[in-house]
Parts: sequence; C-alpha cells; structure tokens
Amino acid sequence: MQEIIETLQLYLSRPFVQYALIVGVLIALCSSLLGVTLVLKRFSFVGDGLSHVAFGAMCVAQVVGLSKNMFIIMPVTIIAAILLLCFGQNAKVKGDAAIAMVSVAALAFGYLIVNLFANSPNVSGDVCSSLFGSTSILTLKPEEVWVCVGLSLLVVIFFVLFYNRIFAITFDEGFSRAVGVKAGLHNFLIAVVIAVIIVLAMNLVGSLLISALIVFPALSAMRLFNSFKKVTIASAIFSVVCTVIGLFAAILKGTPVGATIVAVDVILFAICFVIGLFKGGFKIGKAI
Amino acid sequence: MSLITVNNLTLGYNSTPILSDLNFSVEEGDYLCIVGENGSGKSTLMRTLLHLQKPLGGTIVFSNGLKQNEIGYLPQQTSIQKDFPASVYEIVLSGCQSRLGWRLFYNSSDKELARKNMERMNVLSLAKRSFRELSGGQQQRVLLARALCSTQKVLLLDEPISGLDPKVTAEMYELISNLNKEGITIIVISHDIGAALTYSKHILHLGKETFFGTKKDYLSSPLGKLFVSQSKEDK
Repeated sequence: MQEIIETLQLYLSRPFVQYALIVGVLIALCSSLLGVTLVLKRFSFVGDGLSHVAFGAMCVAQVVGLSKNMFIIMPVTIIAAILLLCFGQNAKVKGDAAIAMVSVAALAFGYLIVNLFANSPNVSGDVCSSLFGSTSILTLKPEEVWVCVGLSLLVVIFFVLFYNRIFAITFDEGFSRAVGVKAGLHNFLIAVVIAVIIVLAMNLVGSLLISALIVFPALSAMRLFNSFKKVTIASAIFSVVCTVIGLFAAILKGTPVGATIVAVDVILFAICFVIGLFKGGFKIGKAI
Repeated sequence: MSLITVNNLTLGYNSTPILSDLNFSVEEGDYLCIVGENGSGKSTLMRTLLHLQKPLGGTIVFSNGLKQNEIGYLPQQTSIQKDFPASVYEIVLSGCQSRLGWRLFYNSSDKELARKNMERMNVLSLAKRSFRELSGGQQQRVLLARALCSTQKVLLLDEPISGLDPKVTAEMYELISNLNKEGITIIVISHDIGAALTYSKHILHLGKETFFGTKKDYLSSPLGKLFVSQSKEDK
C-alpha cells in the first residue's frame, strides 16, 4: 500500500499526469451532466453516432495535414449533432436509422480515406488509438489543456444557467412548446454542447468508448436517486470519481486509459444496480 | 365576447386535410368537451390550438387578453415520463417556465405558485416523492398542478382519464369540474362520452359529420343520439 501511494505521489508531481487529471476530470464532469438528458430523451446513441462522425472528421484532418485537428473536427461534429438532434425527428429517415447511417458511413469513409492517402507508416496503429483512446491524454501540451479547460467551463456554465429549461424540455417538450418556450432553440444549444463534449472526450477515451462516459454515470445515478437534481449531481460525482480511479489504475498498471475508465464506470453501474434492487424503489423490469 | 374563436379551420398533416371548415367558439368559464372516434382529428385540433402545429387554413382568434402562453396544457403521458427520475415538486415548478421570460431561475413567487397549486391538487404531501413511483391518478394530479402553474384562465386536457380506474376517473372529473367552477375555462378531449355529458356545457363532435353546440342540443341531435348509443354498446 505504502509503495502504491509513493508511486502515485511520484506520478502526481509530473506535469503530464497533472494535465491528464485536470482534463480527465473536466471531461468526465461535462459528459455526465449532459448524459442525464441524453439518456432520458432516449438519445443515448447520438453520442455514439457523433463520436464516429468525429472520427471520420479526424481522419480527414490527418490526411489534409492540418496541424490543429480541432478546427475541422469541431465544426463537422457540431453540424452532425444539429442535424441528428434538431431535424432527425421529423425527417424522412427516422432518428435511430439516421444515427446508424451517419455513424457507420463516417467510420467507413474515415478509415478508407486514411488508408488511401495516409503518409504514416503505421496506419492501423493510428486508427486503433483514435478509436480506443490512446496515451494521448498523457501527452497533452499546456495549450491543449487550456482549450479543454475553457470549453469545459463553458459547458458547465451553460448547464447551470439553463438547468431549469433543460429539465423542463427533457421531461416534456410538448408542454414546453405549448406554453411558449422556444424548445427548438434549446435543443439546438444542447446539440452544440454535446458535440463539443464528444470532441473533447475523444482525447480521453477514444471515439468508440465515448458513449460509455455519457451513459454509465447517468444510468448509475438513476438507479439510486429519484429527483432530477440529485441524479444530475450524483452522475457528475460518479463520473469524476470513476475517471480519477481509472486514470490512476491505467497509469499504475500500464493499461489503456480509455478502456480502464470505462471498466470502472461499468463496475460502478453494476454496484448501483444491485443497491437499487435492494432499495426496492422500483421493480427489476423497470430498472433496465 | 368569446375567449377563443375558431373560423373555417382546416387541420391536417403535410397538407393532407383531415378536418375542414371547423367553426366553434369557447366562452369564458365554458366547459367544452371534444368527442369523436379515433383519427377524427381531436388531438390534431388540440395541437393546433396550442400552436404546436400550423393550421392548413382558417384562423384561431384569442380575445379578452388571452395570450398564447396563458393556456395550461395537460398532455397525454409520454413513454419518457414512465421512468423519469424527477420529484413532484420539480415537475410542478416546471409549470412556471413560461413565467421565466429572460430569467434563468425560478423566484420565490414561482415557488409559492407551485406550492399553492400542489395544495390545490392535493399532492403537496407527495412533493418530495418520485413521479415514477406514483399511481396513475396521482401522476395526473401532479401534471394538472403543473398545468395550473402556467394558466389562470384556460386548461386544455388531452384524454385526462386514459388508463385510470373508474373510481380515480370519477375523482379526476370532480377535480376538473371544481376548477371550472372556480372560473377556469376547460377544454377536454375524451373518449368517455358519459362523463362528457355529465360535466360539460358545450360539445364539439368531430368526424364525418361535425357538431358544435350545447349539451342539450347535442343530445337531441341525430348525431348525438347515435354516438351515445354506440358508446353504450361498446361498454
């Protein structure tokens, strides 16, 4: 035990671990806040679809040779989010089918483009690291940390300021529209924020695992708590704690960061699920 | 002068009309019941009255200073709400969202209004309970309290008793009727013609033939007689 603490202290004194912690905690916080809304609106898969779009955009950015990937990934993902969340409901192709189409198409074209035009010697290694998250979280530069801190703060501020409206629209969009609230505008803002979170989270866990970061803390919290406020707060705490534990475990054991964090999230969900059953607040059928 | 006047209204989706040339009016303090078979356009009419959907033709005029956001709405419950983690208080308070305007947070008068309406609907003791744990009747009363937070004047109720047992249904109608006596104008969509006839003042029947008039006239009209006897047979 003593040994582990000493090793952790040693790592914590290194700037790259400090950066990873800051960025990890902020991303975990942001993704869990909006995760509650996404899960409750039955949009869990939007996160997944968007992360594939972000992957496709990143491939294009790599091929084009942009040094700042963010400039191409962010707008593309935001546009995809707006299309899926704001127009997906009334379009000719219904929501879930649209997500499936867009996400696999982006994935396929991204991989294709990288293979056709790549100038890197290790294409599959690059692809694997952007799909499953790489050690890139441990190689962050200070300016990347500042971008992440800035965007995360914006997301948190947005969420706090619009908390009441987000709740109202999540619970009953029809009612909100009926009493004259501009639900469309709010959905638009939520879509933009979700896209921002997903692009940020790609650094941490890679694009295949982002959904886990969005979905699991919310679901864990929903097993245990009964009000929207408590679920939101618990979800944020769960997410941050899991990410910190996962990060340290990954550093100590040398496991992949993204997969380790998600594994911790899954274990916490299993624990919450069992506690939820014992609390007996609701039936097994309902719990799933 | 009427509170809501509907002139030559044509309703439908994607420019396919399902109802045309609809004319009726709602007076202040009225209790209008909208009946008709499934697919006759009842819910479409309600969505149009709430401006959730544009009419294909005709006009809806609000008068007596009634504003769009002063209509309380009790929608049919959605599947999302069945397992939604929200407390009764959070839901009722969200009825004040139209009062927010440019404000971001609810103030003490919003909270007081929510408390008053929970008391009115007899759900104050449930304030901290989770919505998803409540019985169907309790859930409807919570949603009614939310609707009351957004209106002093008009309530639109979309199938308020669907899925409720007979005893709770009777209580629900009693509650709605009391609100009407307090001066709130009620517009209710219902399958349940029996209750419609007990409580309402005017009837709007939608379908191949439409009827609008007082309850007494409806009962003596051929359309009304036919519909009432059919509904009795169904039971």
